[in-house]
Amino acid sequence: MGFENFGTVSFTTEAKVADFITQLEAGRVMATRCRKCGGSYFPPKVDCPRCLSSDVEWFEIKGKGKLNSYTVVNYGPTGFENDAPYILALAEFDEGIQILARLSRDIEEKDIQVGMSLLVRPVKLADNRIAYEFRRA
Amino acid sequence: MEDIAIVGAGQSVFSRSCGESIRELCFDAFKEAMEGLDITTGDIDASVICSAPEYDKQRSPSGLISEYLELTPKPAFYVETVCSSSSTGLRVAWSLIKAGLHKVVAVIGFQKMSELSSRDAAERMGRGGDIIWESPFGITMPAGYAMYARAHMAKYGTTEEQLAKVRVKNSHYGATNPKATYRKELSLEDILNSEVITSPLKKFDCCANADGSSCIIVARGDVAKGVTKIPIWVVGLGAATDTMTMAGRESLTGLRCAQEAAKQAYKMAGIKPQDIDVAEVHDCFTISEILAYEDLGFAKPGEGAGLIEDKETYVDGKIPVNVDGGLLSKGHPIGATGGSQIRTIVRQLRGEATEAQVKAAKIGLVHNIGGVGQYGNVTILRR
Repeated sequence: MGFENFGTVSFTTEAKVADFITQLEAGRVMATRCRKCGGSYFPPKVDCPRCLSSDVEWFEIKGKGKLNSYTVVNYGPTGFENDAPYILALAEFDEGIQILARLSRDIEEKDIQVGMSLLVRPVKLADNRIAYEFRRA
Repeated sequence: MEDIAIVGAGQSVFSRSCGESIRELCFDAFKEAMEGLDITTGDIDASVICSAPEYDKQRSPSGLISEYLELTPKPAFYVETVCSSSSTGLRVAWSLIKAGLHKVVAVIGFQKMSELSSRDAAERMGRGGDIIWESPFGITMPAGYAMYARAHMAKYGTTEEQLAKVRVKNSHYGATNPKATYRKELSLEDILNSEVITSPLKKFDCCANADGSSCIIVARGDVAKGVTKIPIWVVGLGAATDTMTMAGRESLTGLRCAQEAAKQAYKMAGIKPQDIDVAEVHDCFTISEILAYEDLGFAKPGEGAGLIEDKETYVDGKIPVNVDGGLLSKGHPIGATGGSQIRTIVRQLRGEATEAQVKAAKIGLVHNIGGVGQYGNVTILRR
């Protein structure tokens, strides 16, 4: 399985990094780490451009992150018209990993604060689609 | 460094819907760039055509435009860095001349965005991000800049009113620009009361999709001196990138590609930010102009909003910025925008600006950004 059911609209399917989706289906949001040089990657990479090794391991992004920024999108592009309004956010986790995802719909706009604690977790979407989202820590 | 100069600069009228084909649109800019020069079409050795292909119906437009302008059989090719394509075109033209391959090169940028609906254009812009990891969440270019705005507000206390003041200024100058899409002055209330597109950015914090073209004629120094009375010398070129993903950004309060490109351009020109007399910056959104003030060194990090508060970027201020109305007034036909910014600086340095002329301007700067800070070009021009 590839990225065909990832997010609201997927634009491509095949990737060597598609194990990410298998892990996501199993309830985990994962990043990669190069076994040779220790470099960590999100979005995950199964090849390390720093040392040219393809010996990487997966690790889960379990801990708390911090909200760096967000925006309430009222005007969705084609394919996202029925999603809007939705809240896009960037949050920072351990090992310098930053992630773009939506904020969970149970977080109200008035309660959002830059700097607030968040978790990143898989979320099931309509039509058997899947993504990850930020939840309250 | 009088070795390579811009001898001609033109643009079409920018509009929401031009009602003509891309080849005809490019002719408008080409005509204005070539007028008054002691060279003809046959003297152009090569052309660099610039646009963002996701908006084009025509595949491989360089061949088409080369034929229509009768530039064949000279070499023609295509460059793309989304919204900064035509300033990348200038960098390529400069290199071709510097390398000795050509003496005169035309850089032609265009975009006919009215070929697509607004939502379809937004979807194409979303695919100008990372299509595996970020586009599926519904990211758009306004949303990317909105996150920079929110982070800048959170860290430095920049306000929505200060963002709106950028549009007040740019709409003031845009009102007198006959090439601009929007020629109406907007009040602070008009802007603050406009609908929220992607918070904190409102309708009037955003530039509009547009149709338009631009053309820059670049020549080797000895040729330049012979064909025009006032060659405008290319004295500084900087270019840099940042990550395609928003997730990869180390800072959300400034564009690293712009900071890096500015450093290179100042170094090559041997000048400092305070030496710039007039600047064109990539104000695709109001926040983008404030980030540019800081990234270019016109203000310290976090103090950009103070420049607009104090009206220091108006025509008689310390550093006039976008006194042609900027992208916010002119509209933003992706591939044409950098060339349009360069044209404005060329006219300022020649003392020929009709919108608002900065007195005795000698050194000008162009800051042109591709995507949400994925590509950055900073160009310094001197009379």
